[in-house]
Amino acid sequence: MNVPILQMRGITKTFPGVKALQDVTLDVNRGEVHAICGENGAGKSTLMKVLSGVYAHNTFEGDILFENEPCDFASISDSEKRGIVIIHQELALSPYLSIAENIFLGNELASRGWVDWRRTNLEAAKLLARVGLSENPVTPIQHISVGKQQLVEIAKALSKEVKLLILDEPTAALNDEDSDHLLDLILHLKGQGVTSIIISHKLNEIRKVADAVTIIRDGKSIETLRVDQGQITQERIIRGMVGRDLDSLYPEREPQIGEEVLRIEDWTVQHPQDHTRTVVHNASLNVRKGEVVGLAGLMGAGRTELAMSVFGRTYGRAVSGKVFKHGEEINTSTVPEAIRHGIAYATEDRKHYGLNLIEDIKRNISMAALPKLSKRGWVDGNQETTVANSYRKSMNIKAPSVAAITGKLSGGNQQKVVLSKWMFSDPDVLILDEPTRGIDVGAKFEIYTIIAELAAQGKAVIVISSELPELLGICDRIYTLSAGHVTGEVPIAEASQETLMHYMTKEKE
Amino acid sequence: MSALRESLGFLASRLRQVGIFVALILIVLLFQVLTDGILLQPQNVSNLVVQNSYILILAIGMVMVIIAGHIDLSVGSIAGFIGAVAGVMIVHWGWAWWAAIPACLLVGALVGAWQGYWIAYVGIPAFIVTLAGMLIFRGLTLITLKNQQITPFPDELRALGGGFLPDISGGTSVLEWLTVILGVGGTAALLFQSIKERRVRRKFNLENEPMAWFATKTAFIAVLMLIITFLLASYRGTPIVLLVLAALVIAYSALMNNSIFGRHTYAIGGNLHAAELSGIKTKAVTFRLFVNMGVLAALAGLIFTARLNSAQPAGGTGFELDSIAAAFIGGAAVQGGIGTVAGAMIGGLIMGVLNNGMSILGLGTDYQQLIKGLVLLLAVGFDIFNKNRAGGGSSIAKRFKLRTTPPATETKAPAATAAPAEPATPVAAGSRESENA
Repeated sequence: MNVPILQMRGITKTFPGVKALQDVTLDVNRGEVHAICGENGAGKSTLMKVLSGVYAHNTFEGDILFENEPCDFASISDSEKRGIVIIHQELALSPYLSIAENIFLGNELASRGWVDWRRTNLEAAKLLARVGLSENPVTPIQHISVGKQQLVEIAKALSKEVKLLILDEPTAALNDEDSDHLLDLILHLKGQGVTSIIISHKLNEIRKVADAVTIIRDGKSIETLRVDQGQITQERIIRGMVGRDLDSLYPEREPQIGEEVLRIEDWTVQHPQDHTRTVVHNASLNVRKGEVVGLAGLMGAGRTELAMSVFGRTYGRAVSGKVFKHGEEINTSTVPEAIRHGIAYATEDRKHYGLNLIEDIKRNISMAALPKLSKRGWVDGNQETTVANSYRKSMNIKAPSVAAITGKLSGGNQQKVVLSKWMFSDPDVLILDEPTRGIDVGAKFEIYTIIAELAAQGKAVIVISSELPELLGICDRIYTLSAGHVTGEVPIAEASQETLMHYMTKEKE
Repeated sequence: MSALRESLGFLASRLRQVGIFVALILIVLLFQVLTDGILLQPQNVSNLVVQNSYILILAIGMVMVIIAGHIDLSVGSIAGFIGAVAGVMIVHWGWAWWAAIPACLLVGALVGAWQGYWIAYVGIPAFIVTLAGMLIFRGLTLITLKNQQITPFPDELRALGGGFLPDISGGTSVLEWLTVILGVGGTAALLFQSIKERRVRRKFNLENEPMAWFATKTAFIAVLMLIITFLLASYRGTPIVLLVLAALVIAYSALMNNSIFGRHTYAIGGNLHAAELSGIKTKAVTFRLFVNMGVLAALAGLIFTARLNSAQPAGGTGFELDSIAAAFIGGAAVQGGIGTVAGAMIGGLIMGVLNNGMSILGLGTDYQQLIKGLVLLLAVGFDIFNKNRAGGGSSIAKRFKLRTTPPATETKAPAATAAPAEPATPVAAGSRESENA
């Protein structure tokens, strides 16, 4: 049984300034379902990109043996020729083409340049039957649910005579029923001899399908657990995933926590397109004056969705629930209303949602609060510059002047501009979504210091972060989310990476 | 010599703005030579201003729409329609000119509100709504005019199109003194304003243009204004429409730079999501932009009709293309977020001088269109080239390296791509890019 199909040895992948993978080892046996587990950003997806040829063989170190032969893929098509097919988190289907066309996209059944439609649809129907779909192959992709689209992706993989199927978070976008169906299919394919690698951090899924689990942490392979040796337990996996070194420094602070400022009750949000998915379920939480509250959760837990739906319904549909400020219910259904009630939301995606990258620093800082600088609709440019200069100084934004274009700043300095913008809107509650993502260590400390100062000024701060040590370093209290549910509320004194991860992977009742 | 080097370095960083200005000068000089000096004869300069005034007025509104990331293809038809409405009001109904002008501007505002509603609140792309508007308002023009021109218009209205400020010397002087006073006063005001702005920038520690470049540029513009003043003054003086245009350029430049509305327009075009998440009422801003465009199109239509002394079924045809070209030649970005009123004016003048110069040379519309098309293509092509250069670093080698090596933040990519829980559609092929970056 234990015949290796894939051996990856000493894989090291470096991006400028960062070691994404370091000496990673992965052994997959023929005919097994092998799960890869790890925190957000641990390097799981990077490893799979190395394996599937997204990163060409000369851009990383280490050896890959597939069916006992060395692999040097220069692109995805090379790995597909050997029977390795990767299905990404974001499906790569063309919405207006039919199921059959999508299955054979780039691989058309044709003779002399002309597509053989009869054969295309016939073969597609056979493949659909293998994945348990009874749809007509000529149906446009957009007319079937996301769950079925995922199955079409697998049918597409089967059309390429797949030997090793890699699924990157295959159930992240699916509802429970579709997830179960997909997992059954993976087991079914296993019966037909297809080996699968599944990236997942849903422990119930792993227990259901996996024969082995490899845990990745901070770009290193920690250990491989095998079900036949009775090693796959929740505690063991959690222990492997966390335990990131607490090497970053955090500013000292003496929390001065006052009365409650913001309270969210029974907050429920549906996915904007897929009405069968509820992204946030009856979430309730609160934050007090001078307090830093963390929101911890793995991918798809619903943290950003919760925050953005509270901030002017900028995410989701059929949002229900109540928001209270100082005990009184407030309306946050539009962004201007939310800002008027003293709420600020600094996005996790600076470049796409936070900054006008072609505009200068001062105009970005003033963007959310121009009326403060204006009389009768006219902006006082001098005052604006004065304000921007004062933030440049207090936030230590490194730029030649406040007339510098934000697109040319480093990530850390861009983040400081975003924070300045929201501080200038003078909020009582700041929601900071991944405030240190993509920022170097020195700038991280500066951001932590700013957060501490905001709390000291009496602001209520909510920090969303995927880095548990960061939350443990700066928060007074941490909520954990799992699959849209608030699964825990942990005071900092009782919090550790293990307890948080326990709640973050907790399944709903 | 370091001042020179500094200036040159600055010029390189502002290649676009400086380049377009230099291009205008070169085109003027070229046609001045080719036409044996006819181009800059006082009468022709006066004609140039009057002939292009309505395109320039349209270009003001157009550049604003383009900055917000939209486009308006209907302005020519709206201008024609308003000309027809003015003809009916004044000639058929006998309305006084002072009542008809505001009424026409109001109709323009309503037309703009109609289009703005579909674009901002229904969410139909501006290209489609205004393409429809182009047909709708051309159709309404024909219906209103019953396919026949309406003429004549009263002198007061005609003055708006082709009139000049009165001669205060009573015809005794070679120069129109009122024009000289206005021109010299305007130049002085411009100098004063430039120096004041430079002082303010220094006071707030903003980078300033190098002194040598600032002095050259300001002196050059001042001399240019004085030359134009002299040329106009030695013909019939200041065209009334030039005063209207000057007032609009000053007012709209201020609006775009210093008003909340203008700032929000740039913010929307620069990054719509960020603008929305900053609490900007993006729909209201878009709506108002199109109302404004409607008013300016109405004004352009009035001036055009006044100049021809006739409301014509085909009036305004092709104005949209000239004004769009003016905005883009003047440095507006196709993706929005970038552009200035002043730039659009220079772009409009380039088109105007090309038209005028080629007409004097006796080139037919066939060659005129060919050349204007090439100029537009080159101007925007230059823009794109410039942007790639700026985006990819100083050398091709560096650019190549940046392309092939993923950014340092890539390690966070698994979290970065999935954590927003796909706010985009589930079948987002576009998100592949971030995966494969």
